[in-house]
Amino acid sequence: MSATDQSRAAPFSNPSNPKPLRSNNLAQQQRVWGWIFLSPWLFGFTVFTAIPIFVSLIFTFTEFSLASKAPMRFIGLDNWVKLFNDPVAIGALGVTVKFALIAVPVGIILPLGIAALLNSKNLWGKTLWRPLYYMPYMVPAISSIFIWQSFLNGDTGWLNRVIRAVGIQNPPNWLQDEGSILFAFLLIGVWGIGNAMLTMLATMQGVPTELYEAADVDGAGPLRKFINITFPMISPVIFYNLVLSVIGIMQYFVVPYVVTRGTGNPNGSAYFFNMHLYKTAFTFADMGYGATQAWFIFIIALVLTIGMFATSRRWVYYASGDS
Amino acid sequence: MAAITQPTVTSQVVNTSPFYSYQLRKFAVKSMITMLALILAIAYLLPFVNMGLIAVKSADQITGSTDGNILPLSPETYAYTDAEGKIKSYEIYKIPQADGSVIEMALVKKGRQDSQFIDPANPEAGLMTWTGSWRTLEPVVTLDLHFENFGEAWDLINFPRLFFNTLFIAIAGLIGTLLSCICVAYAFARFPIPGKNVMFLILVGTIILPSQVTLIPTYAFFATIGWTGTWLPLIVPHFFANAYNVFLLRQFFMTLPRELDEAAMIDGAGPFRILLSVIIPQAWPAIISVGLFHFIFAWNDYFGPLIYLIGKPELVPISVGVQVFNFQYGPRPELIQATSLMAMVLPLLIFIFAQKAFMRGVVITGVDK
Repeated sequence: MSATDQSRAAPFSNPSNPKPLRSNNLAQQQRVWGWIFLSPWLFGFTVFTAIPIFVSLIFTFTEFSLASKAPMRFIGLDNWVKLFNDPVAIGALGVTVKFALIAVPVGIILPLGIAALLNSKNLWGKTLWRPLYYMPYMVPAISSIFIWQSFLNGDTGWLNRVIRAVGIQNPPNWLQDEGSILFAFLLIGVWGIGNAMLTMLATMQGVPTELYEAADVDGAGPLRKFINITFPMISPVIFYNLVLSVIGIMQYFVVPYVVTRGTGNPNGSAYFFNMHLYKTAFTFADMGYGATQAWFIFIIALVLTIGMFATSRRWVYYASGDS
Repeated sequence: MAAITQPTVTSQVVNTSPFYSYQLRKFAVKSMITMLALILAIAYLLPFVNMGLIAVKSADQITGSTDGNILPLSPETYAYTDAEGKIKSYEIYKIPQADGSVIEMALVKKGRQDSQFIDPANPEAGLMTWTGSWRTLEPVVTLDLHFENFGEAWDLINFPRLFFNTLFIAIAGLIGTLLSCICVAYAFARFPIPGKNVMFLILVGTIILPSQVTLIPTYAFFATIGWTGTWLPLIVPHFFANAYNVFLLRQFFMTLPRELDEAAMIDGAGPFRILLSVIIPQAWPAIISVGLFHFIFAWNDYFGPLIYLIGKPELVPISVGVQVFNFQYGPRPELIQATSLMAMVLPLLIFIFAQKAFMRGVVITGVDK
C-alpha cells in the first residue's frame, strides 16, 4: 500500500537520488515508524496479557501466598485435583452455568425484540426512543444494583406491589429467596441490554430496502420477513453479541457480590464461580489455587468460543464473504 | 391514542364498511406500536422513579410506605401554642360528619373509645370530643420532600473525596488510553508492518479474553513492585493501549482518505506531523467516543479498585466507596438511594450531552466485526 505512496512522492524528491533506492529507503523508514507507533500495544500485550497468561498457567502448579513470606512451592497437579474435588467450586460453576442458560438467551432475544420494535416503520418519534432505551446502560453498576435492590424488595418493592395488586398473595422475596435470586439478577441485567440493542438496531437499519420490497412482492408477512431477511442479515451482530454475552457471564461478579455482600447466599444459590475465585485469591490469599480456577474458566471460555465459531458457519451470514 | 385505536380495529373486521380507510388503519397500527414502545419504556424505567421517590423520603415515610403509599407524604400538622407559650404539634385527621361532609381537625388526645380534637380554624372553641377509634380516621397528608437526605449522604460518605478519586483515576487513564490507542490505531491503519494482519487478529481476540486469566499474575506483579494500595495499577496499564479502543479508532482511520496524508508527506511532513495535523483533526468523532467509553468504564470499574485499594478507604472511587456505605448504613434506604442518584448524575449528564458521539462509537465497534 505504502509502496504506491512513495512512488507518487518520488518525482518531487531529489532527482539526484535513484528512484528505486529512495523508495526502498522510505519503505524501510515507514516500517520503523510503524513499529514505533505500535510499540505501546506490543509492550502492553506482552506485559499485561501474554506473559500473565503463561505465568498464570505456571502458578496453577504451585502453592504460594503474597501474604506470607513462604517461598513458592511446586506441587504438580495438586491444585487441579483439588479443584475437581472442591464441592464449593463445582457448586459455583453450577450456579454460573444455570444463570448462563437463562441469561444468554434473554440477553439476545430481548435486545433483538426491542431493536425490531424501534426499527418498525410504524413507530412515531423514532430518534426519541433510542436514547431512552439505551440510557440505563449508562447508570453505574453500583447505582443500578441499589436501585433494583429497592425495586425488588420483598415488602416495599414496586414489583411485588404490582404482583400483589393483580391478586397474587405471596410473591417471592426476589433477592432473598433461593428460587428467585437468579431471576432477580436477570431483571437487573435487563438494564444492560443497551449496547446489544443499539448494534442490532444499527445493523437492521443497514439492511437494503430492496430485499423487503422483493419480499412484499412475494406477499411475505412481517414475521416471515423478519425470519428470512432481517435475521440472516443481522446474524453477524447477533453472533458477536452472543460471544460477548457468554464471555461476560463467565466474568459475572459485581451484581452477586454486592447484592449478597460477598456471601453468595441464600444457601450458595448466588455464589458464582468468580466469587469463589475472588475469595480464594484475595480473601484466603491462595494464589496458586486461584490461578487454577482462573485457568479453568479460561479453558471453558475457550472451548465455548471455539464451539460458537464452529457452529456459526451454519447460521451466521456474511454478506461480504468471510469475516 | 387508544381511543382512536378501538374503532379501527373493528373496522378491520368489517372492512367492507365505507368508513374503512387505509390511512385510518395505518394510524391505528402506528398508535399500537408506539403505545407498546411507551408501555415497555415506562416498565423499563420504573425503577428510576422508585429511586427518585425514596431518595427524598424521611425514615418515617419509608416505614409508613409499607401500607401502600409510594409518595413521600407526611401527615399535616397543626402547631398549637398553649397557655404557657409552649408550641405543640398535632396531626390533622379527616372526620366524617353525620351529614356526610368531612371536616379536618387536629388530634390532641388519643383515646380508644373517643378522642379529643381541636379545630385549627377555630382553636378558641377548645377541645371537642369525637366518639370512635381515631385509628379508623384518615390523616390529612401533604407532599413532604426531604432533600436534606442528599446533604446527609454527601457528608456521611465524604462524597467530594470519592468524587475526586474517581475523576482523577478516570482522567489520568483517559489521557493514557487516548495517547496509546491513537498511536497504535495509526500504526495498524497506515503503516506497512510485517505480520500486521495476524497482530490485528490477536488484538481483536483479546477483546473476548476472560480477564481472570491474567488477573493473578498481574496482581502479583503490582504487589511485588509495591503498587498495590495506590492508583497506579488502575491508571498505568491504560497507557499501553486497549483492544476495543484501538479497534474503534483503526476502523475510523481506515475511512479517512489517504490523499491528505500523501499531500502532507509531499510537503515534507513526518509521520508524527501527519498524525497530529491530518489524522487527528479528521478523527474527532471517534476520539470523543473513545474518551467517553473510557470515562464511563473508569466510573463503573468495581473489581480493579476492589482488589488494588483494599485497606485504603481514602483512595477508593465512588463505585467501591458507595458500596462500603451500603454495608454500614443498610437500614437507611433513603440515603442509599440518594447516593445512587449522586453516583449516576455525571455519567448520565455526559450521555445526554454526548449521546450522538457515544452511540456512533458503539455502532462502529459493534457492527463492523
